[in-house]
Amino acid sequence: MYEQFKVRAEGVGAEVHRFRTRGEALDFICTFLQQEGTADAPQSYAVWAAGPFLTGIDTAQLSGKIPGLSFNVSRQTAADSKIGISEADWALTDTGSLVADQTAVEQRLAATLPAIHIALIGTDRILPDKAAVFSRINPRASRYIAFITGPSRTADIERVLTIGVHGPKRLVIVFIDEIEGVTV
Amino acid sequence: MKSAFKQSIDKAINDANLTGALGKFSEAYKVNRARAYEGIDFELLRTVIAERKSYAASNLDLMAAEFTRNAEAAGARVFQTDDPEKVKEYILKVARDNFVKTVVKSKSMATEEIHLNAYLEKAGIKVGETDLGEWIIQLAGQTPSHMVMPAIHMTKEEVSELFSKEVNERLSTDIPRLVEVARKELRSKFLAADMGITGGNIAVAETGSIVLVTNEGNARMVTTLPKIHIALVGIEKFVEKFADAIPILTALPRSATAQLLTSYVSIITGPSPNTDGSTKELHIILMDNRRTEMANDPKFKQALQCIRCGSCLNVCPVFRLVGGHVFGKIYTGGIGTILTAWFDELKKSEEIQGLCIQCGNCKEICPSKIDIPELIMEIRRRLVQKEGLPLLHKAIYSVVNNRRLFHGMLRAASLAGKPFASGKFLRHLPLFLADLTDGRSLPAIAAEPFRDRFKKIKQPKLNEKAVFYAGCLIDFAYPEMGEALVKILNKAGIEVIFPEEQTCCGAPARYSGAYEVAARNAIDNIKALLSEEVQYVVSACPTCTVALSHEFISTFESLGQKEWLPKAKELAGKTVDFSTLVKKLVDDGRLSLNDRRKLGKVTYHDSCHLKRTLQVSSQPRELLSKAGYELAEMFECDMCCGMGGSYSIKLPEISAPILQRKLQNIKETGAPVVAMDCPGCVMQIRGGIDQDGADIRVRHTVELLAEQLED
Repeated sequence: MYEQFKVRAEGVGAEVHRFRTRGEALDFICTFLQQEGTADAPQSYAVWAAGPFLTGIDTAQLSGKIPGLSFNVSRQTAADSKIGISEADWALTDTGSLVADQTAVEQRLAATLPAIHIALIGTDRILPDKAAVFSRINPRASRYIAFITGPSRTADIERVLTIGVHGPKRLVIVFIDEIEGVTV
Repeated sequence: MKSAFKQSIDKAINDANLTGALGKFSEAYKVNRARAYEGIDFELLRTVIAERKSYAASNLDLMAAEFTRNAEAAGARVFQTDDPEKVKEYILKVARDNFVKTVVKSKSMATEEIHLNAYLEKAGIKVGETDLGEWIIQLAGQTPSHMVMPAIHMTKEEVSELFSKEVNERLSTDIPRLVEVARKELRSKFLAADMGITGGNIAVAETGSIVLVTNEGNARMVTTLPKIHIALVGIEKFVEKFADAIPILTALPRSATAQLLTSYVSIITGPSPNTDGSTKELHIILMDNRRTEMANDPKFKQALQCIRCGSCLNVCPVFRLVGGHVFGKIYTGGIGTILTAWFDELKKSEEIQGLCIQCGNCKEICPSKIDIPELIMEIRRRLVQKEGLPLLHKAIYSVVNNRRLFHGMLRAASLAGKPFASGKFLRHLPLFLADLTDGRSLPAIAAEPFRDRFKKIKQPKLNEKAVFYAGCLIDFAYPEMGEALVKILNKAGIEVIFPEEQTCCGAPARYSGAYEVAARNAIDNIKALLSEEVQYVVSACPTCTVALSHEFISTFESLGQKEWLPKAKELAGKTVDFSTLVKKLVDDGRLSLNDRRKLGKVTYHDSCHLKRTLQVSSQPRELLSKAGYELAEMFECDMCCGMGGSYSIKLPEISAPILQRKLQNIKETGAPVVAMDCPGCVMQIRGGIDQDGADIRVRHTVELLAEQLED
């Protein structure tokens, strides 16, 4: 399932990574942020929207380690960030899509405004297709359900495919095999 | 002096950027779309969509009530109206109540339909389109030329010019750089806007949800950053169940842009939190604007199944030449013609409905299973009913309904055409008729029509008999095709009967909306063709075959005439096209073709009615192979040749470039012979080849096969 998803998602321009533990994933994210020049200056911030992944993680310590990383996702911090991190609930192999309940505005801001969007998801959340996910999501409970398939794109000028018009220019998907119960 | 409409066609056809961009796109689209649908049962998928959308269209009141109840329960405010003016007033009131100064919009055809932007701007509210294509045309002060790709007609140079002016900086024509400029410019507009306006691709009654399908991410910003969100939704967007969205989300991106899924799909149910912790004000406007009336019309109800993918534009041989602006300001292409007739007014569709050449490409590809060509025919019929026929047409049809007079005039034309004929063609016609021979020579009317020649053919007396329906072109222009057919059927042991009273099949009248005329032609033909007890009525003209097997019936049904229906059905049951019958005769061992000779390459042109209405495409190819030809397929073999019956006479400026494309594709195969099953296509393509000067034989399959009969 994972391999199928990876092929499809990469086919639409997403970057896909997989880690066994939450710790390994966290190491990857920290290195990624540093490599992308996350710093305490507008347009170099990174915002991380709260979700189950962060349960039990000392966010203050993380912020200290990476200046410019904030867990306070607001309109302004998100707009000034280069990187946004949010979580997804499902991944679909047939189209390489992520599905997320983004009723919380922080999830949307982190996934929409920054140039790079990192999406975190458990490897056990992969489903075959839309039909499978539609039976598991409930719009009455989730007011803003987002399907995200690759980065933002347009072909409005001379039909030339161009990545990153209004939304993220890069979508980095991080799968974690053992997302529950592992401490850092 | 040409009409404004004809002028707009000339302008579009001479716009190399437009025709170049659309031409390339339509060629790539066909391939990419097919790839996107790999592994999907398209027929099944569109049957489900058509069924679910049709159900919603049949129960609009119920859908609206349930949607409203559920959306309101989730905290949305729902406003329903049939009046576009009330929509605009409502939006302005919400804006005024909230001191809105700026609005950002994501792409919405419904807002274009009611000219919302101009209305709000006039009231002093700044409206910014945020879809890149929509923003480009907003800056240019234009209207969209394509439902999905609004700025497809513009070049990067033009876009660079517009953006340079907007940001006060000399920009290059580098596309990624231009997109970056748009990102930066519009980002500040998103963050500053007081209100966001969207359309809705799907409205789910069961949950009160709005589904938005986008690629750029602008709809996510429009629905997230401003504190007020207004969604304007045409009530044709309803589906009953949440799960009904699945087939639509499967088809829409594949059909629209050949994607498996767009970058973003947002399902919004009631208001969500704003960035300052308050709750969003979500207004959903359900707009009728004659959609209920449409749902109550038994013919046009199916148009409400449309999911606005625009694929009918992408496969249309006419659209790819003229683009959207010729169709008007909002909805364009095949479905656009229908929507304009309803949402605007029937009268406005008067000229644009004539753009349809009735090739059937759009019907074959529509993911909502809408019979677009048939609905355009119905518009024609109603226009004629309402406005009457132009005087010239009236005169012509009064002749067509009188067989003796009609055939007498065709015989006279054979003599009258002489001064302009050289060999088998009319090369030049004088005065206003000159356009008819522009890029294409017309066949001279035969000195002796088939009906006269038939009497001289010595047929063996055979037990089995078949009636031959020649149609006007074979009878009066290409009698040799009729003779070839008699020769082949005789060889298979079938004697041919040619009832003298047969006349025009009525297609020209029908395609002009003159159904009464077509019905009288139908009655005359039914009487003539059923006068003998035979198993088959065979025709070598697909347009005539379709008339005999489908359209006599539908013409009577459209007119509510029941008297001749049973006979029309009897005739339809006996009617068969030439290639299908001959293939059967060969398969049954009653006819053998000489396959020992190598005849070299032939390329085959699929005629619209044969391929898409009669679903016949392999039979003629197999017969030509059996006769010793090597098939070399041309690019776009089943694309219309531009003939379209009287289309090439009414809109020669469109017919001619379509023909040129076809000639190019034929020539590129290197085949010295091009075969087809339709005398109309022969007339168009042979005339084109004649003026082009290429050394290519243009033949009806019947002629090529008759040459290869086993002795």
